[in-house]
Amino acid sequence: MLDLDALLNCFSATSCLVTQTSTGIIIGMLLFLVASGVTLIFGVLHVVNFAHGAFYMIGAYTAWSAYTATGSYYLAVLAGALSAAVIGIVFERLAISRVYKENLLMQLLVCYAFVLVADDAVKMIWGAEYLAMGIPAEFRVPPYRFAGGVVPPFYVFLVATSLAVAIACLLLIRYSRFGKIVRAAAQNASMVSVLGIRVPVYFAALFGLGCALAGMAGALAAPVRSMTPGMGLSILIDSFIVTVIGGMGSIPGALLAAILLGVTRSFGSLGFPLFVDGVMFIMMVAILVFRPQGLLGERAPR
Amino acid sequence: MTRFHPFAHPFARAALLAFAAFCGFLLVGAISPGTWLLDTLTGLFAAGLLVMSLHLLIGYTGLISFGHAAYYASGGYIFGMVLQTPAFVAACGPWSVPLATLLAFCGTGLFALVVGSICARLSEIYFAFLTLAFQMLFVSIIQGLVHYTGGDQGLMGGIPRPAFLGLDLVQVRDRYAFSAFLFVAGVLAVRLITLSSFGASLRMVRDNERRAAFLGVNTYLVKVLAFTAAGSIASLGGVVLAVFTSAAYPEWASWSVSGEAIFMIMLGGLHSFWGPLVGVVAMRIINDLTLLYTTHTEMAKGLAILFVVLVLKRGILDWLADWRKARHAAPSVKEQDHAAP
Repeated sequence: MLDLDALLNCFSATSCLVTQTSTGIIIGMLLFLVASGVTLIFGVLHVVNFAHGAFYMIGAYTAWSAYTATGSYYLAVLAGALSAAVIGIVFERLAISRVYKENLLMQLLVCYAFVLVADDAVKMIWGAEYLAMGIPAEFRVPPYRFAGGVVPPFYVFLVATSLAVAIACLLLIRYSRFGKIVRAAAQNASMVSVLGIRVPVYFAALFGLGCALAGMAGALAAPVRSMTPGMGLSILIDSFIVTVIGGMGSIPGALLAAILLGVTRSFGSLGFPLFVDGVMFIMMVAILVFRPQGLLGERAPR
Repeated sequence: MTRFHPFAHPFARAALLAFAAFCGFLLVGAISPGTWLLDTLTGLFAAGLLVMSLHLLIGYTGLISFGHAAYYASGGYIFGMVLQTPAFVAACGPWSVPLATLLAFCGTGLFALVVGSICARLSEIYFAFLTLAFQMLFVSIIQGLVHYTGGDQGLMGGIPRPAFLGLDLVQVRDRYAFSAFLFVAGVLAVRLITLSSFGASLRMVRDNERRAAFLGVNTYLVKVLAFTAAGSIASLGGVVLAVFTSAAYPEWASWSVSGEAIFMIMLGGLHSFWGPLVGVVAMRIINDLTLLYTTHTEMAKGLAILFVVLVLKRGILDWLADWRKARHAAPSVKEQDHAAP
């Protein structure tokens, strides 16, 4: 079960080191995208979107269909993000907006119900079998060579896109008029509505934005991950672990933790494939016990 | 000074009720012609133990655990793995099954104690997620230790169940009686906890944790103990299921089992002791009705949950209680109407 030799061999060869690190970083970036969507929605609406993994799945499957239909991967990513956003907005209007003021139990149940419906709908539309997209045609070019290791160009695209989009969203929330209105409405919705601003529209838009991040993560993951109904759950758990380790509300913390987790997963799959999850949990428990505010979090009480 | 009455104490009443219920179940077992009813009831007993123990956390302590199925499955796995060890069965002989049940109960309690003492540090939302995360860890451990647990395939090859006290668990009726005993004992334990002063502390933590702390209640300890008790009682449900199927599967610890347990509590009624059991029966009816029309039970369940949560907004027994209250209130409203003009 333990294969530490493989791990040590990898550490002594730069080629393996480069390959595993780049794999770790792309896992981390996907986690970061999903986690920042969760954080965005939680930070403003104070609802934990437990169904966030379902939007990741919706994004991945829509991207697969769009790619098969059009052959353009860029369009597929756009389609994945858009479909997740649209479904997210419908879900927010029909269900989540009715439980904003309810307790956590009701919110969890609504999200749980959505995941059941979404998983079954995906099964009906795309079937229960595994689907694979493969590296899109645009990126079927010779890989970059770096210190003896290979880095596929698609990885570079994935990392750049996710970083750019996540940072753009955070800047949007912090500095744009939209972001200011949304944050003000989160503080005092009735005051903001008195000013003639239609608060529900802004809340729905923000929810859709968070879901779009998840959908985009799904679309970006589609070429490198196999797709299956229910694929959202494990990434949701991982992204939650990311927010705990990084510190809730801290975006740099989430980025750091996401890369840490991604690299752990990547190297762990060489050295201790059966206990990768266990190691991640030990990291999380250690953080909770010794540094409850997270690596870069500042607020001590939770 | 009132005259001493042996059944005046709530504990005694609960015990008497449990004894009557157990006799009732045995009677059903004795007169039931076929095995269908007994097998259905055995399945309901397992689910009933899962939700009643979870009710202790959600309904009475206000702790929303999304990972309760882990303890349920852990009970089944410990029970099965212990009995599949030839040395254990050889050493304990006819006492194997009761001892294995006890080991499942205590072992799961220990597991819940560890998880609980980590999770109870955190508030609501983190608590829910972290319990779910531990459930996923449990599943990945089960799937990883293929050599001991059978991995994805589950604990196969049958679980040996040597007869004890004249009960041969291979027989449907004996299996049913054993399950009924565990069910009644588990529900009685939950009942006694809620009636005790510890149960009062649980409700105080639920209603106002800060006030409970001011009054000298060690809220952290209370939460950890409640979590441990709930986990141990849930393990009995897993034992029932393992006895019933003569196996244990990783699906028992899947997140949808936990989610469904939460929904069954909400469906039956969050604010009454018996609500979750009503929810178990109602869920079973929903499940069987859907299977008549479609195999997409998940979609149907999801839509049912959305309907109950968004439209009805409360469970069956809660709805009945409100209805009764409204009916009692109605006459006075009418009198006022008469008086008004």
